[in-house]
Amino acid sequence: MKETYKFWRFLLHHHSIKIFASFWIYTDLLIYLIFNICFRTVEPLEYYRRFLKENCRPDGRELGEFRTTTVNVGSIGTADGSALVKLGNTTVICGIKAEFGAPPTDAPDKGYVVPNVDLSPLCSWRFRSGPPGEEAQVASQFIADVIENSQIIHKEDLCICPGKLAWVLYCDLICLNHDGNILDACTFALLAALKNVQLPEVTINEETALAEVNLKKKSYLNIRTHPVATSFAVFDDTLLIVDPTEEEEHLATGTLTVVMDEEGGSGLTGAKLQDCMSRAVTRHKEVKKLMDEVLKSMKPK
Amino acid sequence: MEGAMQTESKIRAESGTESGPRGPGCSLRHFACEQNLLSRPDGSASFLQAGRRYLHFGDTSVLAGVYGPAEVKVSKEIFNKATLEVILRPKIGLPGVAEKSRERLIRNTCEAVVLGALHPRTSITVVLQVVSDAGSLLACCLNAACMALVDAGVPMRALFCGVTCALDSDGTLMLDPTAKQEKEARAVLTFALDSVERKLLTSTTKGLYSDAELQQCLAAAQAASQHVFRFYRESLQRRYSKS
Repeated sequence: MKETYKFWRFLLHHHSIKIFASFWIYTDLLIYLIFNICFRTVEPLEYYRRFLKENCRPDGRELGEFRTTTVNVGSIGTADGSALVKLGNTTVICGIKAEFGAPPTDAPDKGYVVPNVDLSPLCSWRFRSGPPGEEAQVASQFIADVIENSQIIHKEDLCICPGKLAWVLYCDLICLNHDGNILDACTFALLAALKNVQLPEVTINEETALAEVNLKKKSYLNIRTHPVATSFAVFDDTLLIVDPTEEEEHLATGTLTVVMDEEGGSGLTGAKLQDCMSRAVTRHKEVKKLMDEVLKSMKPK
Repeated sequence: MEGAMQTESKIRAESGTESGPRGPGCSLRHFACEQNLLSRPDGSASFLQAGRRYLHFGDTSVLAGVYGPAEVKVSKEIFNKATLEVILRPKIGLPGVAEKSRERLIRNTCEAVVLGALHPRTSITVVLQVVSDAGSLLACCLNAACMALVDAGVPMRALFCGVTCALDSDGTLMLDPTAKQEKEARAVLTFALDSVERKLLTSTTKGLYSDAELQQCLAAAQAASQHVFRFYRESLQRRYSKS
């Protein structure tokens, strides 16, 4: 292919042959492109391995590089808190609504945080409409575990009157575009939306025993920790790539998601797990910086 | 030819206390495993992690059944390997979202080990029923699934086992915690390890811990898995030597 190209380039010097020659170059490149596309479709794993050997990926990223992350906070006016996160093409929007509810009988001084991840046919051809499929349920459980384990909000803060009234935060995470790494995007969207939530002040009127809501006096939630998720895909038992796209997730032999709380981790060397930890620490710093910038730039309501 | 083979084993990693519950330290509970107890599934096993000796109180017990390689629905078939499916039924109530999450974990572990390429366009279904839960449930499920897959004769690259670790508020490590210990622990980590090189197949954790603690728990789990694999070997030897 290179030889034909050189030959035609030599002929290009003659103007009359220019048009003719450029036609041939065009078909050469076209054949080359078609071959590439066919190879990618027929042998995706081999195609990927060729890139991984050079320590890069088809979309041009390094193995440890995240896609461009964008976050937009407070875009949904009807929700009490909202955030939209884009990780490359993966788009997740989180909307939080606060409602009243009775606290659980075994924990009368606690409120509820109810997450729900919705993967609809809109985001990917893999999902069908109807009851939530396995991936959506697993993602919802994952987010519930993150909220529970990281103690992002103390449920006691959501209690208004012990045993009688508490806040219930319904967190709906809707995926608009699924291009891999849903869990990282959801965790980030949830965190940003929770930081955006403003709850009105509620007092219980002693005479009527009814709750009185003061919409003019709103306060932000007390967010204790900042859990940030970093996902990895494992290839051929050795190679670890960060932030896999949907294609990479499909081809990978395994996945790993690390949820990092505050800056943690000592400087140990060795195990692959340790490399993941350090990458997760760096990611945590990047995400925190981005979120602080966004929240600072928001105009106060 | 094949009746139910029951193997009991008393496994202790370190010398703990003789009577009553084990003391804090690296010791696993007593296990028992029974294979081929159900006639309809291709393979079945019951794995028990005992609470009190001679009294079945405070046991974690899981019953597993394996069907496969069998017919698969065209929508679910994979052209070059077997489709693995795991169904986990809780002891009480209908299966919910937490069960789905555990099913996915167990399925991913099995997929890493089962040689699906030998049976393309078929399905291998693992059904797990929780009989009693007294802590370390996921590890017990993994052990039961492995024993059932062996009983069914599904080709596997290695055996796998589950080990649970709990971290106390003052950093003490407890292997194979009971339900009470899990509740009071700061973090509970479950690992699935393979038998060939003790490599980590699956890890799922709950709670807060540092990465030094994670490495420590992983090392302890790898040491404890040796005992589980020895138990597997002994129980299978005993079963096949009789018939």
